[in-house]
Amino acid sequence: MTQTTLDEVSAQATTPDTMKAHADTVDAEEFARARKQRLDKIGTWAMPVIVVVLTVFAWDQIVRINEIPHYILPGPGRVFETLINDWSVLFNAWTITMAITIMALLVAVLGGAGLAILFTQSRLTEMALYPYAVILQVTPIVSIAPLIFIYVESKLVGLLICAWLVAFFPVLSNTTLGLNSADHNLRDLFSIYKASRWQRLRYLQLPSALPYFLGGLRIAGGLALIGAVVSEYVAGTGGIGSGLAFTILEAGYRLNIPRMFAALFLIAVTGVVIYAILSVISHLLLRKWHESAIKREQ
Amino acid sequence: MGDTGTPLLSLTGIDKVFGRDIVALSNFSLDVREGDFISLLGPSGCGKSTCLRLIAGLMQPTSGKMRWSSPEASEGLGVVFQEPTLMPWATVEDNVFLPLRLMGKSKSSVLDDIYSSLAMVGLEGFEGAYPRALSGGMKMRVSIARAMVTKPKLILMDEPFAALDEITRFKLNNDLLTMQAQLGCTVIFVTHSVFESVFLSNRVVVMAARPGRVIEELAVNAPYPRDEVFRTSADYAAHCRAASEALKAAMGDVPH
Ligand SMILES: Nc1ncnc2c1ncn2[C@@H]1O[C@H](COP(=O)(O)OP(=O)(O)O)[C@@H](O)[C@H]1O
Ligand SMILES: [Mg+2]
Repeated sequence: MTQTTLDEVSAQATTPDTMKAHADTVDAEEFARARKQRLDKIGTWAMPVIVVVLTVFAWDQIVRINEIPHYILPGPGRVFETLINDWSVLFNAWTITMAITIMALLVAVLGGAGLAILFTQSRLTEMALYPYAVILQVTPIVSIAPLIFIYVESKLVGLLICAWLVAFFPVLSNTTLGLNSADHNLRDLFSIYKASRWQRLRYLQLPSALPYFLGGLRIAGGLALIGAVVSEYVAGTGGIGSGLAFTILEAGYRLNIPRMFAALFLIAVTGVVIYAILSVISHLLLRKWHESAIKREQ
Repeated sequence: MGDTGTPLLSLTGIDKVFGRDIVALSNFSLDVREGDFISLLGPSGCGKSTCLRLIAGLMQPTSGKMRWSSPEASEGLGVVFQEPTLMPWATVEDNVFLPLRLMGKSKSSVLDDIYSSLAMVGLEGFEGAYPRALSGGMKMRVSIARAMVTKPKLILMDEPFAALDEITRFKLNNDLLTMQAQLGCTVIFVTHSVFESVFLSNRVVVMAARPGRVIEELAVNAPYPRDEVFRTSADYAAHCRAASEALKAAMGDVPH
């Protein structure tokens, strides 16, 4: 057998003559395309930066020109000052919120993925438990939280449960979807080779589910933070071990608006960073093979 | 070969009914002998895929008998689908390793088999590539290498080249015959191309739809190895004409 594959043959089919005839237009097109790509590349970074800078500038100008007092709307400079001056208070609160978020996310990932695997292994378990998962998901956390804080002694554990409840469903539903989305021909192939349940899970279902799971994880990361913050609003009273939500509440009572903004800023930045980290993890795991992580050449 | 080979598998009076009244196969009989290259040729919906799925053990016939010459003959047969059906997350090497892995072999113990299977389909040097980097024809080659890596007695192929361009298809047809000769395996090949079936097979089974059944079996007695000379011969043309006539009869039965 000759080693030239057909694909090489077809690649050679375009003769130099025809190529020459189109050379000029191809050059022009290529140039335009390269230009567009360069603009795109700059744009992805420059546009957000420009928009943020303009917004902050406008905010500052509005506060200055209208002489708005800082207990109504502090300017960006003032918020930044507060961030530095109140750093120890804010940082302590941030650590608490972060700890709850990360733990809730971890438990959500383990619980959600674990439950999804259990569901695919046993239809009966799925039928029995799935309704509860849905009910927990569709019931707003703010309406369950007060109950949880009645039954659970430790406030930290209560917050953790709330954050987990919010975060785990996307992991569960996405992973379940992924585990069931394996190519049907591949499934047949596994049957033909008499794959065991474990082999099917390990070599077919889990890899098929990975992109779906990672999609769920990205959503769950944001939701865990939201769950941690929202349930702290419900939990109300502070004391030791209060997170950023309580800082905002307390600052509100004292009309310390700059601190409210500073805490809000921290929450937003944290959310963005969590999303970015999870996106990078997802990209690293999928870049070799999954469409979502592969940049197509135009 | 044909009439003289040792029997490998025989299907007798097979019926397959889906639901209440979809008769996918009706009174289907086929004796497969070792070394055969059998093409199942027919319009879509005539039960070709159903037939392969029955043989692969993916479903059971509604009635009729299926007998293997020996229990081992049914073990680890190779299958190639119309789509390459590769695992996108695994390299070419790991895709070809899959059947052996599922049989509980360790990779280091079968590395030689994997490499020789890849060499046979002309893909040396692509071991570490991911499927998405390959063209349609190359993906199909990986799929064939995977089917052959266990050195099966019987390989089932369901329209494997239907989605490829004609030049690629001709090339793969040639190579497939070479590989069959090397492995000494038996092939059941589903196609709706008259030319492909005549070029490849020693037996062409023409089927009709509604209900799916065998209309005629044609013997193509031209000797192997076959090459481009055969493809342009009068003998080949005559066989193609005969198969076309049979196929026309099969299609003419039922309004379309
Ligand atoms: N799993 C199934 N359930 C119901 N009907 C089916 C199923 N598989 C195939 N059929 C029907 O059986 C007939 C034969 O199908 P198939 O074997 O796929 O034909 P072919 O491969 O020749 O195109 C068709 O009418 C098809 O709709
Ligand atoms: Mg078919």
